[in-house]
Amino acid sequence: MRQSAALEVTTGLFVVLGIAALFYLATKTTDYRSIPGGQSYVVRAYFNNVGGLHVGAPVQIGGVTVGRVVGIRYSMKRYQAVVRMALRDHADHIPSDSTASILTQGVLGQQYVGLSPGGAPTFLKNGSTIHFTQSAIILEHLLGQLLTHGSRGKGK
Amino acid sequence: MRRVLKLLRPIPDFLAAIGRRAGFFWATCAAVPRTLRRPGTVVEQIFFVGSVSVILIGVGGLFVGLVLALQFYTALSRFGATSSLGGLVALALLRELGPVLTALLFAGRAGTSLASELGLMRATRQIDAMEVMAVDPMRRVVAPRFLAGVISMPLLAGIFSAMGILGAYLVGVKMMGLDSGVFWSSMQHEVSFRSDFVNGLIKSAVFGAACTLIAVYEGFHARPSAEGVGQATTRSVVISSMAILALDFILTSFMY
Repeated sequence: MRQSAALEVTTGLFVVLGIAALFYLATKTTDYRSIPGGQSYVVRAYFNNVGGLHVGAPVQIGGVTVGRVVGIRYSMKRYQAVVRMALRDHADHIPSDSTASILTQGVLGQQYVGLSPGGAPTFLKNGSTIHFTQSAIILEHLLGQLLTHGSRGKGK
Repeated sequence: MRRVLKLLRPIPDFLAAIGRRAGFFWATCAAVPRTLRRPGTVVEQIFFVGSVSVILIGVGGLFVGLVLALQFYTALSRFGATSSLGGLVALALLRELGPVLTALLFAGRAGTSLASELGLMRATRQIDAMEVMAVDPMRRVVAPRFLAGVISMPLLAGIFSAMGILGAYLVGVKMMGLDSGVFWSSMQHEVSFRSDFVNGLIKSAVFGAACTLIAVYEGFHARPSAEGVGQATTRSVVISSMAILALDFILTSFMY
């Protein structure tokens, strides 16, 4: 009887320890807390080039994450990429003439969508479209421009 | 013609071996629902496969974390990117090293003891005695051990990864003087809950099932002699190690 009680205690200890370790890993080391919880609304934006933007990339205003990219598709009508973003409800006072730009964190970092608020009295709501956009800066294009400019300069 | 047949001989043997194991797996799964009605046996087995492995797994995880952090730190400092140490270590541990190394250690620690225990039960005719008494050995012996393995492995992998991250913290922050805020935030930025943490858990549960099943199968079908028990134990380690590494490749190619 005593022995089986000790066995159960040790087993219980192991299970508690294991679950505590998993809980610790989930909350302390992952992005668990930044998974969009609660209500959100979806807005659209058309870009000429989305570069390396992924589904799940953050949408930020002033460096604070207010939503995530939930879909990237090609639009047949406009020959552009259409990016759908889920914005959290507590960030629902974003002027409708805001600008969405695809930016990069650091030199080689992940790409994200940055919103710069405009000045219109109306706000973005579920299903609305952001009209002012700025595409991703493709390093290769930039480099190409630089090279052609450089050689032309020399020719003169 | 006969030579060709002789050369082809291993193929049906191999298929038959797979078939026997698949049948055993099926019989084990069929015995699981009945076993769930007697949770006492499962708790007992969780003690024998899980609790006794905690110290080995914890110490193993700690040292893997220490070494990882040291190696990554020296490599990253060349590029001035030591701030991403935490994220790198956590990703490596949660995705690969935690599940795989835990499973390999588990195959050595718990798998061998399962195989030799069942081999000895077979050699001393305890399994035959059960069958004579109309006690289903699948239900009484095999299924509780299988369940215990599936339950224990994710918990052990969690302990392994948590200890590894502790080790990385000790090296990165306490020894090398990295800022602790940078260390943790790079981790939370890099590691995704769904694709890294949950997939790691799924991996380790699959490894647990494979490991215990192989160990129990080899023990259950051991030749009833001292030599047979030894061979079954060795085989269980060899086969489960290979199965873990192969399964890891398959699962990883589906997950990421």
